[in-house]
Amino acid sequence: MTAKQLSWLVPTAVFANSAMADDMRLNLTKGVTDISSSVYDLHMIIFYICCVIAILVFGVMFYSMLHHRKSKGVTPANFHESTKVEIIWTAVPFIILIGMAFPATKTLIEMEDTSDADLTVQVTGSQWKWHYKYFDHDLEYYSLLATAPQQIANEREKSENYLLEVDRPLVIPVGKKVRFLITSDDVIHSWWVPEFAVKKDANPGFINESWTRVNEPGIYRGQCAELCGKDHGFMPIVVIAKEQGDFDAWMKQEVEMARIAKEEEQKLLAMNMSYDELMKVGEKAYIANCAACHQVSGEGIPGVFPALKGSKIAIEDLGAHIDIVVNGKPGSAMQGYGKQLGLKDLAAIVTYERNAWGNNTGDAVQAAQINAYLTSQ
Amino acid sequence: MSSIENSATDHHDDHEHHGAPKGIMRWILTTNHKDIGSLYLLFSLLMFFIGGAMAMVIRAELFQPGLQIVEPNFFNQMTTVHGLIMVFGAVMPAFVGLANWMVPMMIGAPDMALPRMNNWSFWILPFAFLILLMSLFMEGGGPAFGWTFYAPLSTTYSGDSTAFFVFSVHIMGISSIMGAINVIVTIFNLRAPGMTFMKMPLFVWTWLITAFLLIAVMPVLAGAVTMVLTDKYFATSFFSAAGGGDPVLFQHIFWFFGHPEVYIMILPAFGIISQIVPTFSRKPLFGYSSMVYATASIAILSFMVWAHHMFTTGMPLAGELFFMYFTMLISVPTGVKVFNWVATMWRGALTFEVPMMFSIAFIVLFTIGGLSGLMLAITPADFQYHDTYFVVAHFHYVLVTGAIFSIMAGAYYWLPKWTGHMFDEGLAKLHFWLSLVSVNVLFFPMHFVGLAGMPRRIPDYATQFADFNAIISIGGFAFGLSQLLFVAVVYKCIKGGEKATDQVWEGAEGLEWEVPSPAPYHTFETPPTIK
Repeated sequence: MTAKQLSWLVPTAVFANSAMADDMRLNLTKGVTDISSSVYDLHMIIFYICCVIAILVFGVMFYSMLHHRKSKGVTPANFHESTKVEIIWTAVPFIILIGMAFPATKTLIEMEDTSDADLTVQVTGSQWKWHYKYFDHDLEYYSLLATAPQQIANEREKSENYLLEVDRPLVIPVGKKVRFLITSDDVIHSWWVPEFAVKKDANPGFINESWTRVNEPGIYRGQCAELCGKDHGFMPIVVIAKEQGDFDAWMKQEVEMARIAKEEEQKLLAMNMSYDELMKVGEKAYIANCAACHQVSGEGIPGVFPALKGSKIAIEDLGAHIDIVVNGKPGSAMQGYGKQLGLKDLAAIVTYERNAWGNNTGDAVQAAQINAYLTSQ
Repeated sequence: MSSIENSATDHHDDHEHHGAPKGIMRWILTTNHKDIGSLYLLFSLLMFFIGGAMAMVIRAELFQPGLQIVEPNFFNQMTTVHGLIMVFGAVMPAFVGLANWMVPMMIGAPDMALPRMNNWSFWILPFAFLILLMSLFMEGGGPAFGWTFYAPLSTTYSGDSTAFFVFSVHIMGISSIMGAINVIVTIFNLRAPGMTFMKMPLFVWTWLITAFLLIAVMPVLAGAVTMVLTDKYFATSFFSAAGGGDPVLFQHIFWFFGHPEVYIMILPAFGIISQIVPTFSRKPLFGYSSMVYATASIAILSFMVWAHHMFTTGMPLAGELFFMYFTMLISVPTGVKVFNWVATMWRGALTFEVPMMFSIAFIVLFTIGGLSGLMLAITPADFQYHDTYFVVAHFHYVLVTGAIFSIMAGAYYWLPKWTGHMFDEGLAKLHFWLSLVSVNVLFFPMHFVGLAGMPRRIPDYATQFADFNAIISIGGFAFGLSQLLFVAVVYKCIKGGEKATDQVWEGAEGLEWEVPSPAPYHTFETPPTIK
């Protein structure tokens, strides 16, 4: 090999090396499951094969570019076919591909085997949050982006896990086969945690299955991977894997807290909250749940999301207003919040929407009114 | 009878003397394949800059984490319309323009077979894109559901611009189908005596096969957009589970169009490269017939791999295996093509004029895109790559450094034949080198951020991706600005320059190089004889 040939190979090799470095910033993660590790191996094998092919093909081409130049006074050859060569370069790639297909098939079969799960979690995507429901446990909750809007608007310094943090992560035990039943309430989302090598679309009206068995306790972050509308970039996934004992303790505590919250809510029915308190709670709940579409200003986005400021719904018939907040509007992006939020928040949101931005109806809606509406359905 | 013959002869005499009519009406009423070819090419150049401007908006927003310049909803409109404009407005019309100019001249035909339809298929295009672009200014903005317009985001959850989007895609489809019919009829009927199928230049062959792909899949796209329209406005439920439909059905229909569409945008590129490499290697194309068979195999296989875009939708295992194997198989005929180009260069007498530089860049960079495509075919790995910037890197390597570079190569190759002048080589070389460097700064780091986990189609991202995104954006701005040089080269070349010979390039062979430069308004009114 001449020095000139080598000089072409060096940059290629340097690139290959830097890409191989086990640095999360450049390469695929090895992840924390057996499957993700097999996927990483497949990725590296096919990457090396591609590098070898590229070096050979480009090597021959660059050799030709250096040595077969007209300026070197060469006379062009006149050959233009060779059945032997053509059969070789059809057959050899074919054989390489068959070699590649075997490990890929093996891994794929393992990935698709969702049988014998120890724990099942239903994952439901909706615009723009995830909902987790544990089977065999009395626990379900929504998981929302926890990054402050001021960070997104560059008004505050960005936190370490900017856009990759949620208020309530999914918690699963390590060493157990956890099955995910993935679906959606509205558009298609895709539940992706790179460290598990799990990416599965959440299709409205259908349930997809996937699974993982995490080897190490830790916090694993992912994002929605299918364009799902305006805030597609703002619905992260956080999964905490805990030892079985810790998981059990966590589960017990969560179930207990959910029970207490329900009791509190019942107590609330007998109480009247003051207008000011409703407005205060309402503003917070509105910004967390409604402002993504209707905007903090209540003006919505014309032609996409309707304004609440001065709108009929928020000013006129209270029953219709409660109905749309609780049940949503079928066939539109307006989801029903009856199952997502507690009575207090629902009452406060309706109150807030009827009084903020100069709507000034003076209505103070109480939890009992929402409850009466829910029970009358 | 005799009087009719006389008048026919008179008319014919007139015909020989008149050149191009003057004024704006020349362009509106023209049925001349060269005029229509120029219209297509200029239109595509305009769309390239409009789509490019949208890419600049996208890269400006992604320059830093956080939301700075645009709202997420507008960002989604930009990614959507950028994709639609580049696919249907820039790449496809550019290839149709090249076909209009070159196919008749390469097969010794006087014009396209259906000249009036040719005029019509071009002139409906500007309206299609006007409708699409105007929808951006509607209340609520233009389409924001990605160029793949997956239901139900594009049905129940989309704005009212969807109706305009559907109408606009219908017009684009009609234009493409008419263009394809014209190419097929021309090639089947107007070849000069002796120009057998296996003597046709490869650009003609690849376009013939592309035209069949277009006729096969554009109606499928028309069906998909129509179903989106009726789901949204007329209460059908093709893609809604609530009414017995299935949102995944949309993806099957879309990608049954979409994957052949990918080859529609690359097969003519293969043809262009197969014309240019032999010319500047001064050596005949290696493996002509295997090139033809490889093109046909790719076209046939393109109908059997669509669901590799949908591995994460929850397909059954058997489906995933089938589509993985067939997708891997496509790399065999594609590999044959690359090997043939390299073998053509082997022991040639190479020179490196600008068309050859773009062609060599094409071979290297398209191959990189092809190899990342092979990686994407491996289903378990695709679960990690899918909908990340790795995919964005992949398809921009095959579409920008693939399709667009081949169009640039073709434009530089035939520009002297079209204008009669040699272009400014210094400026063109500057255009090449700036494009080559910036396009890699733009798209290569996308592989890294994709592998590191950055999803595509997001207006804001985690801070770990910030460094690479800044580099990518700088590459993007540089690549965008570099393309202005292309406009300067073309403009100067039309205005004047060194007189081009008939053959233009020393090693060029084929009928188009036997007519004068610039090619007269009417060529091959009497068919040439092919030995």
